[in-house]
Amino acid sequence: MSAFPDSAELEALRLSLEVACRSVAFSLPLAVLVAWVLTRARFAGRAVLDVFVHLPLVLPPVAVGYALLLLCGARAPLGVWLRAHFGIELPFTTAGAALATAVMTFPLMVRAIRLSLENIDRGLDAAARTLGAGALDRFCTLTLPLMLPGILAGAVTAFAAGLGEFGAVITFAANIPGVTRTLPLALYTAMQSPDGDALALRLALLSLALGIAGLLVAELLARRVRRLLGR
Amino acid sequence: MLRVSLAKRRAGFTLTAAFAAPTPGVIALFGPSGSGKSTLVEMIAGLLEPDEGQVELGGTVLTDTRRGIAIRPERRRIGYVFQDGRLFPHLTAGGNLRYGAKRAGAAPPYVRFDEVVELLGLGALLARRPHELSVGERARVALGRALLSQPQLLLLDEPLASLDVARREEVLPYLESLRDRLSIPMVYVSHQFDEVLRLATHLVLLDSGRVLADGPVTDISLRPELRPLIGPDLVGAVLDGLVTSVDAPGGTVQLAIGAGTLQVSLRGVPVGARVRVQLLARDIILAIQPIQGLSVRNALLGTVTEVSAGDAAGVLVAVDVGGARVLARITEAARQALRLRSGDAVWALVKAMSTRGHAFRVPASPEPPARSPS
Repeated sequence: MSAFPDSAELEALRLSLEVACRSVAFSLPLAVLVAWVLTRARFAGRAVLDVFVHLPLVLPPVAVGYALLLLCGARAPLGVWLRAHFGIELPFTTAGAALATAVMTFPLMVRAIRLSLENIDRGLDAAARTLGAGALDRFCTLTLPLMLPGILAGAVTAFAAGLGEFGAVITFAANIPGVTRTLPLALYTAMQSPDGDALALRLALLSLALGIAGLLVAELLARRVRRLLGR
Repeated sequence: MLRVSLAKRRAGFTLTAAFAAPTPGVIALFGPSGSGKSTLVEMIAGLLEPDEGQVELGGTVLTDTRRGIAIRPERRRIGYVFQDGRLFPHLTAGGNLRYGAKRAGAAPPYVRFDEVVELLGLGALLARRPHELSVGERARVALGRALLSQPQLLLLDEPLASLDVARREEVLPYLESLRDRLSIPMVYVSHQFDEVLRLATHLVLLDSGRVLADGPVTDISLRPELRPLIGPDLVGAVLDGLVTSVDAPGGTVQLAIGAGTLQVSLRGVPVGARVRVQLLARDIILAIQPIQGLSVRNALLGTVTEVSAGDAAGVLVAVDVGGARVLARITEAARQALRLRSGDAVWALVKAMSTRGHAFRVPASPEPPARSPS
């Protein structure tokens, strides 16, 4: 980045924020859908989907990154198809870093949304039916607003976790300054270089400040929403 | 008419219930907890699928398992007031009311927003959220929300069950005015007999998933099937009568009942009003000859139609007093002393004061008016 050529911290911060934002934006609608399906729908293979969604929590992040390379790498079928049809290049790009982050934080998001969904009184749905509301109507006017606390919590958690995603990003998107070198990757790089101690400390402190800010925002949002819902 | 004939099997419980009741009117489903009342209304609403059966309202078939008809709840236009209110927590009271109103469809509304707000006294509550309302207020908002969806039938599943006595007294008059001012058919589920007496026109007795009896409240009040459900103390004939004269200073009115009149302690009703009284069997004295010098205001001459076998609570004697029937509970010893048998002429003595507290405004329709003497 040319705006702050000397400021590795700012560049890493900007990249981290961008990657986390894009990852949340990409995965949130999908997470709402998957959480809804896992909570409300009854179908064969629900357990399989459940396990699949939670895999990134238990796999080594490097393995997730490697799996993404196998799937969406430059010569992998999905990667070839994406480039041919949409011109989307994933490996070694910021978009790729966002995808890797999204996959890693997806289970966190689904869990938070699912929790709030399970807390919704199913009786409210029956009440809405007797008032003449069809399925889509009920989802938009009842389920969605009532799961808003979970959606917000999921988004904030995933965002905060996404700022620090390391293993999957470095495996799938590599460590390219200005493209995929996010805060943790910059910190790692600084620690590896003989004269990077001061930079490493600054990056670590920056991560700490960012984490605290994220948690505070999450708490404020949660309070506001709780008051709105009268709980 | 509301015609219901439904069967539902669940683990350890089978419901097989059928009844038909005139509409508009208040149909009370009365029975102990676990008798299948809620299951029945859930099936009427379409929220629960019956194993087999039919539901028909005003000539429209809503459910028919044999013909594969199962209209979805959101299309039935049946309002449902749940025991726990089920207000939407993210909307204000006004938002809850409008939720139903917005989805009422193209048909012209028969109750308007302002009318419901006025009828249920909701004006001051509209901007509040459900958690800022008292239980009684929540019950009223839930009622208003169901009404504003312009239902063809209103199901009330023990809407007062979560309220204490004082709060119930706060909501009951609203239910009465709904019945009297909007002629909307209602199914009222309750295990409180006093609520049934105040509101119902038609009574369906349910126990262990079966209909024990159903018919007009006045008829069912005499039926033996009711007695175990309400206990000996509440047994007594329910009579609907017309107020023929009012003694305002004395606080009593004359009611035309059957071929005779009954003086009851009641204030605030005009001549011509229809009034329901329950004459508790334990309050009625039987005499085999006219009696002088008693404070009792009513001596109804009648004929004994039935003497039930005695039990721990005594003997129940049914007396026809010119078209209406009353029940009296006397001791076995008294029955033997009077040698009471079917066909005997007796005077039923009723204290005007003993009807106090059992005098309710009777539904204006659709029950046949009290058999007036003229």
